[in-house]
Order: sequence, then C-alpha cells, then structure tokens
Amino acid sequence: MRGCVPRSRVILAAAVWLAAALPAAAAPQRVVSMNLCSDQLAMMLAAPGQLISVSSLAQDPRMSPMAEQAAAHTPNHGRAEEIYLMRPDLVIAGTYTPAATVAMLRRLGIRVETPPPAESFAAIRTEITRMGALLGREAAARDLLARFDADLDAARSPSRRGRAALYYANGFTSGPETLAGAILEAAGFDNIAADYGIATTTALPMELLVMARPDRLITGAKWPGQSQGEAILDHPALAALTPDGRHVTDRDWICGTPFVTRAIRSLE
Amino acid sequence: MRGLFAALSLLVAALVLASLLTGPAGLPAMDSLRALILGGEGPLPIVMREIRLPRAILGAAVGAGLGLTGAALQGYLRNPLAEPGLIGISGMAALGAVIAIQTGLSLMAALALPLAALAGAAVGVALLVALAGPRGGSVTLILAGVAISALAGAGTSLVLNLSPNPYAANEIVFWLMGSLADRSMLHLGLALPPMALGAALVLSTRRALDALTLGEAAAQALGLSTAALRWRLVAGTALIVGPATAVAGAIGFVGLVVPHVLRPFVGSRPSALLPASALGGAALLLAADIAVRLIVPDRDLKLGVLTAIVGAPLFLHLIWKTRSGGRV
Repeated sequence: MRGCVPRSRVILAAAVWLAAALPAAAAPQRVVSMNLCSDQLAMMLAAPGQLISVSSLAQDPRMSPMAEQAAAHTPNHGRAEEIYLMRPDLVIAGTYTPAATVAMLRRLGIRVETPPPAESFAAIRTEITRMGALLGREAAARDLLARFDADLDAARSPSRRGRAALYYANGFTSGPETLAGAILEAAGFDNIAADYGIATTTALPMELLVMARPDRLITGAKWPGQSQGEAILDHPALAALTPDGRHVTDRDWICGTPFVTRAIRSLE
Repeated sequence: MRGLFAALSLLVAALVLASLLTGPAGLPAMDSLRALILGGEGPLPIVMREIRLPRAILGAAVGAGLGLTGAALQGYLRNPLAEPGLIGISGMAALGAVIAIQTGLSLMAALALPLAALAGAAVGVALLVALAGPRGGSVTLILAGVAISALAGAGTSLVLNLSPNPYAANEIVFWLMGSLADRSMLHLGLALPPMALGAALVLSTRRALDALTLGEAAAQALGLSTAALRWRLVAGTALIVGPATAVAGAIGFVGLVVPHVLRPFVGSRPSALLPASALGGAALLLAADIAVRLIVPDRDLKLGVLTAIVGAPLFLHLIWKTRSGGRV
C-alpha cells in the first residue's frame, strides 16, 4: 500500500487546483476557436498566448482574410477529441458546429460558447463586444469597435449606384437581411432580391434574375474542382445580361467581421 | 398508323410550345414568342433564347433518345423490362460524365464530357448485352441491371464525395435523378450531334428487329447477322444515352413507359414502334419537365422523381405479369 495517498489529501489538492483555476474562468487562458468567423474575431482580440488554436479553415487564404496570422496558431479540424486534448478552458464554436461535437465537449466539462453568425452590421458590433467579454478583453473590443465604426462610415457610399444582384452556386441569391445584402446596401446598390420579396438566402430562378435587369452582377467565388452547382455561373444568359464583367465575392464577404468594410470598398 | 404519327408529332410540337411558355417569370405569351423569334432589346430575348429554348429542345431530344433506345433494347433483348435508366446504362454514363468533370478533362476539352459519358454508357450496354442477350431471361437482365446500376451509383457518389468542391456532393441527386434546369446552348451543342448519329444507327436496325420477332433462328435463316445487329445497337444506345446523360443526368423509366403504351397502336412491330417511341418519349419528358416547373416553381424538382412516379408502378405491373408466365 505504499504510494497510496490519503483521500483527504487528494480532496485538498483538488480544492487548491480548483481555487487556482477559478480566476481563469473570468479570463480564459487556453482558448480554442473552431469556427472560421469566431477565429477571426478571436485573433483580433485575444491577448498574446491566450488563443491556442483556430480552425483549419482560418488558414485557408481562399476563405480567411487572416490566413497569415492563423498560420501561427495550431489548426483544429472541429473534432471533439483533438480539441479536448488541447486542454482548453474555453471553446468558441458556432451555431452551425455539429451538435454532437458541442455536446461531447460539454460532457467532458469544457465551457463551449456558440455565438450566432452575424448577418448585419449591428450584429457584427454585438459579436465584437461578445468576443471581448468572452476573452476578458473588453478594452481591446472597445478599440476594435471604434475602428470598425469609423471604417464603416468611411466605406459607405454616399450615393446610390443602381441595381445589383447576388448570385451563387445552385442559383442562390441573398436578400437584404443577410451580410452580403448589407454589404450591397452599404455600397449604394439596390438588391434585386427585394423585388421578389427575398429577405434571406434562397434560390432564385435564373429567368427571374435576368428579368430584373441588374446593373451589376456579383457572383460567388469558384472553388477548386468542378461542380454543376457552380456551372450555372458560366451560363451564357448571365454573360449576355451583364456583358461588362462582374464582381466576385471573396473571403471578405464570408464572415461578419470588420473586414466587411473592405468588401464594401471592393464594389466601388 | 399514319394518324398515330401525326397525333404524336402534334403533341410534341404543342408541348415544345408549352415548355417555351412555362417559367417562373410568368411572361406574356405573345411578347415571349416575338422576343424568341425576332430578338430585340432587354432581358426578354435572353430569357427566351438562352434559358427556355435550350431547355425545350433538350427536353424533346433527351426524351426522344430515351424512348427510342428503350424500344430498341426491348426489341433486341425481347424483354419488356429493358430500359436504359433501369438497367444501369444511364448510371454508367453518369459515372463517365462525373469522372470527366472531376478529373478536369471536361475543362481541357469540352468534348471530353459527352465522350466520357458515351464510354460509360457503352461499357454498361455491352455488359448487359453480353450477360443477357436475346436468349437471356428477364431475371438475368434485371439482376445484371441491378448490379450495374448499384456499381455505377456507388462510383458516382464516391467520385463526387472525393471532390474538393463543396458543392459536388450535392450533385449526386442530379446525376441519379436528372434535371433540365438552366441547361444552355453549350450543352445542346455538345449533346445533339452524337445523339443524332446514335438515332440514325438505332433506326437502321428496324428491319432486323422486325425479323428478330420471329425468333433468332428464323431471323438468321432470313440472312440477319446478329453480331452486326448487336454492335449497331450497342453503339447507337451509347451514342444516345451517353451524351443525353452527360447534360441532363440519368432519367429513368421513359424508355420503359413509352414503348409499353405505344406497342398496341403499332401492332408490336419494332419498325413502327421505334420512331413512335421516339416521339412519345419526347412528349413524356417535355410534359414531365413542364410539370416540375408548375408543381414547385421555386425549387429544382428532379425530372426522375416524376418519371419514376409514373413508371415504377408500370414496372411492377410488368414484373407481375412476367412472373405469372403471361407474355407481355
């Protein structure tokens, strides 16, 4: 029975460890983000060393405007096992993270937050503030918010520029109640989706798109490999509709982060 | 008989017109037709010429091709259950098309897409003809078809799931069920020439198929070369089903329903059934394509869903009759 530690001492050790861990709950020290959008806000706001891992998507320059910064972090692939082994005290997921993964992490005793995707400029402000509070970096969040507000004011188009259509793979379009719609509106374009009563992201038959006669066509980016869904963007009817070229959405359009001001400027 | 062909031609013409006038935009009919023929300014000619016209022509051509190959295969295999969609020829064509698209071959040369689908269809039909020639029973044909369909479907799903493209996996439904939504003149240009060649080849077998109804020995006594007939049918079917599937996906049951419905009107003679089935197939597919646009205008309901709802009960009925020993 040598090496057998009295139970009371184990409890005492646990209590000491818990007490040491308690301040960490106020400002987490080992944060893992597993969502492309929270990755970016966390990288902007976290203290040095506080964020230990971001999702592998954040390192993909096609999707992430912060791919270079993300390369300095350990990537995760959204699997509960690898994230648990990183011993995080806070995991930031998203509303679209698989429910089984979130439930597993919570069952393992890890705090998991699932902020919703920001679909408007007001929601981006909310998310910046929320991320600041989660990381215990309220001051940094206030700074970022002030810069975002100033950038947004500068990027907004003072004049109306005409009608524009968003068109993605599989014939989807985005209405005013989406981030892309908000970017379009801020850049001074009237969204043709509103003509058809479309508020969110939904399919729009190509006929209706052509009949709406948009002045500008903004299409989704093409991914590597081929798909029928994206082939619709090469349809001759779209080329005939807007012969003088089109704009393609990029990584600045994907997430509700301060980078949307770059997306607004790109439409000028 | 002449009345039947006139009626079918009129039906196809009416359905092409209806297809041109059906769409979510609800355009005025006279303005649309004027824009289609005379062109002009604005979005209307674009909608009519670039979106609706290729869809209508492709619907007629793919339907005609499926009806024709269904009738020809049924005549050659002397089995009413033969149909390119059900016995895996369309599935193999889809596999060929998917491989051409995902390997990037179709980007390097546009013709690679129909050619790869054609090769897939040729492998499928050659396998079937080898396994269940004119002497093979229904069971052999159906079992071979099930195996080839399953293999082709699994291969298609595998290739699409391995694609780095986030939208590719969603396309499995398109390749298994077929759709004519948003096809363009480019698709038409790729598919029509080989399909026309295949149709000429299949139609050239009409007399031989007539002779074959007397039985293989009698047909040979009449001077029929079964080997030559087999190769013309295999090549013709592949030339039709391959390119059709490459642009519209695998659409089942058209080649089953149409010859079955028309057979009593032509006195079961393949020489008359073949062209009649081509017209009937065009009519059926155009009707189905109009229906998918009317039933759920804002979703892309797949064509194969409708043709299966019509065709599957008939298929079961045919199996039932085959099972009870009656000739169908």
